[in-house]
Amino acid sequence: MALGLEASLGDTVITTKLNKIVNWGRQYSLWPFVYGTACCAIEFMSTAASQYDISRWGAEVVRFSPRQADLLLVCGTISYKQAPVLKRIYEQMPDPKWVVAMGACASSGGIYDNYCTVQGIDTIIPVDIYISGCPPRPEAVLDALIKIQEQIKGESILEDRHKDFKGILD
Amino acid sequence: MNTTALENLQAAFPDATCKVVLNSVVVEVQPENLENTLGRLKNEQDFNCGLLVDITAIDYLEYPQQQERRFHVVYTLRNWKTNLLVQVRTPVTDAEEGIPTATHLWESANWGEREVYDQYGIHFQGHPDLRRILNHWQFEGHPLRKDYPIEKGQICFDTDRMENAIRARLVKNGVDETTMKDINTEVMFLNIGPSHPATHGAIRLLVALDGETILANVNEVGYLHRGFEKTAEQRTYNQIVPLTDRLNYCSSMMNNIAYVKAVESWLGIEITERAKFMRVVLSEFYRVLDHMVCLAAALVDMGGLTNYWYLYNEKEAAYDFISRLTGARLTSSFTRVGGMYRDFYDGWQDDLEAHIRGLEKGMGDTLKLVDTNRIVHERTQGVCVISAESALSYGMTGPTLRASGVPYDLRKDAPYYNYDSFDFAVPVGSNGDIYDRFMIRFYEMFESIKIIRQALKDIPEGPINVVDSQISLPPKKQVYGNIEGLANHFKLIFEGVKVPQGEWYDSFEAANGELGFHFVSDGSGTPYKLKVRPPCFYTMGAFAKMVEGNMIADAVINLSCINIIGGELDR
Ligand code: SF4
Repeated sequence: MALGLEASLGDTVITTKLNKIVNWGRQYSLWPFVYGTACCAIEFMSTAASQYDISRWGAEVVRFSPRQADLLLVCGTISYKQAPVLKRIYEQMPDPKWVVAMGACASSGGIYDNYCTVQGIDTIIPVDIYISGCPPRPEAVLDALIKIQEQIKGESILEDRHKDFKGILD
Repeated sequence: MNTTALENLQAAFPDATCKVVLNSVVVEVQPENLENTLGRLKNEQDFNCGLLVDITAIDYLEYPQQQERRFHVVYTLRNWKTNLLVQVRTPVTDAEEGIPTATHLWESANWGEREVYDQYGIHFQGHPDLRRILNHWQFEGHPLRKDYPIEKGQICFDTDRMENAIRARLVKNGVDETTMKDINTEVMFLNIGPSHPATHGAIRLLVALDGETILANVNEVGYLHRGFEKTAEQRTYNQIVPLTDRLNYCSSMMNNIAYVKAVESWLGIEITERAKFMRVVLSEFYRVLDHMVCLAAALVDMGGLTNYWYLYNEKEAAYDFISRLTGARLTSSFTRVGGMYRDFYDGWQDDLEAHIRGLEKGMGDTLKLVDTNRIVHERTQGVCVISAESALSYGMTGPTLRASGVPYDLRKDAPYYNYDSFDFAVPVGSNGDIYDRFMIRFYEMFESIKIIRQALKDIPEGPINVVDSQISLPPKKQVYGNIEGLANHFKLIFEGVKVPQGEWYDSFEAANGELGFHFVSDGSGTPYKLKVRPPCFYTMGAFAKMVEGNMIADAVINLSCINIIGGELDR
């Protein structure tokens, strides 16, 4: 017995644009790779836990293998020592992929303007959404997720968004 | 510190200059006497300093009083039984040439000296493995030297392969080239981290395996080195409070309290009774939360996800109380030199009591699932054992040391904030295995709750800040109402609390163990130097010792049960 969408559509043919249908699928099944290094990662734990429950946006399948993820969430400070690792992880993720810089540190170095801290991960990898806060509240993380979903809606599936990106490690 | 300790030390080391600073005796020795002094302090019955708490150096390049030698190295030692705290200071004639190592006396000297080498470029003669530890291997120069500009970042293009380190460790453990070539025992190298779910943060483990058994292990830390100490040299004393939040971010308030306590003890101020009680209540509350996160994560690693929700949901609920009180969920920044930022809000007792009950429920539910659970027992009992003696030698403190049977707890052994008037027990383990390290946190949580309940009954009303215009901000009414108040406020904010010249060490029993601060003040409102003694840095130093000979899956749960927090580990 047919359930859900197919039940009401039956044998009908739907016409749509490829971009629309593919992006619709991508939007609601983001698999995050949580690159948690510091305090912000604790707030991500809260975002994933029961009260905020990230699964309401279809993004609860947290993967720790870059090969299985399409949303890189950088939660925490990135030091120069760590930069090559972050870049490697980003490169290992298959396209299409999106990046969220969570918190002041990932966005700009935060309160650590010094010899060991990368002043924003966008000097290493391209970033789609920045979340302010030190640390941001879980609501802000969810907001970023919604923004990414909206952004995906308007994208072209054929275009490579970051082919011209050049960071300090390139 | 009583004067007898001073007399004993002076009598034992007539060539050295000894003086009492706060709770410690500082012994000044010349480099040629260093080895002998340290050896005697460790081995002689009278002193028996089994714990090398920390090693640091001071660069006097910009210090107002010119010193004969630019660098001094300080060893902080402790005999936990007699509460004897000794700091041995020695001038360094030539940084390149260095001073003799103490690695043959204490295992903790290994990482401690590596850090001094990395940050100050002081060589240690005879150190078995003098490499950088916090900064990356391509880094040039030594950032904590006063002539290193704080903003001068250096890009790292590649991670260290650590091949030499693991091979040297294999040889040390008796696995030589011939065994490695033997087809039946071919060694496999496995790298875990720095981005791996088992590392709960950014730490890197490299293991050499025979099947699943770990033959050798070396670890790399420093991935979250954020320059706390250098940054602190540019902030006023109160501006450093937010930086301390980010040390052990699972219990930010405890760092706040430990830090201001260290400043206050040098200033010689006695905070108000209410502030003391507030600090006790909040410390113990955060101790519970810290242990909860540790246990929740450890149980996930063991495959028990349900427990995670039992524990974490209660912690999440406790954020309501914390954010009502401090305005933030995680980064509390709630203390100030001389007291607290704010008093409790109306009705806080009821809220706190409700949360405590919630926490107890979470703990109880979890205990029911794990206490007599055979899987938990078999995976943890007798696994990754570390003896009391080794644990001390590695500089372990806090719950991980107590799990090995050493009942050392600063709240009992060097009590502050009326801890001696509370009725609580210090749980100790008997085997020093993962099970003990794991269960001890449960028992400590119950003890902490006991302390909170007693403190709730006795907490007095009254002011929360000391009345001293040199230390506490004036009431807003005066700031807006008269010029003296305004000027007072302005000066305290811009110049900071002026702290008399000197050097001192003060410590606090944080969730992970002894959290200490070593200050050097030049008399201004900004510390000349501030070194953190992070408990989990030294615990991590003992990691290889714990896991070698065990299986790879054991290493994973061992890592989660020692509660390594990047912010504190790497600072
Ligand atoms: S932004 Fe703030 S909370 Fe987040 S990692 Fe940086 S210091 Fe920690």
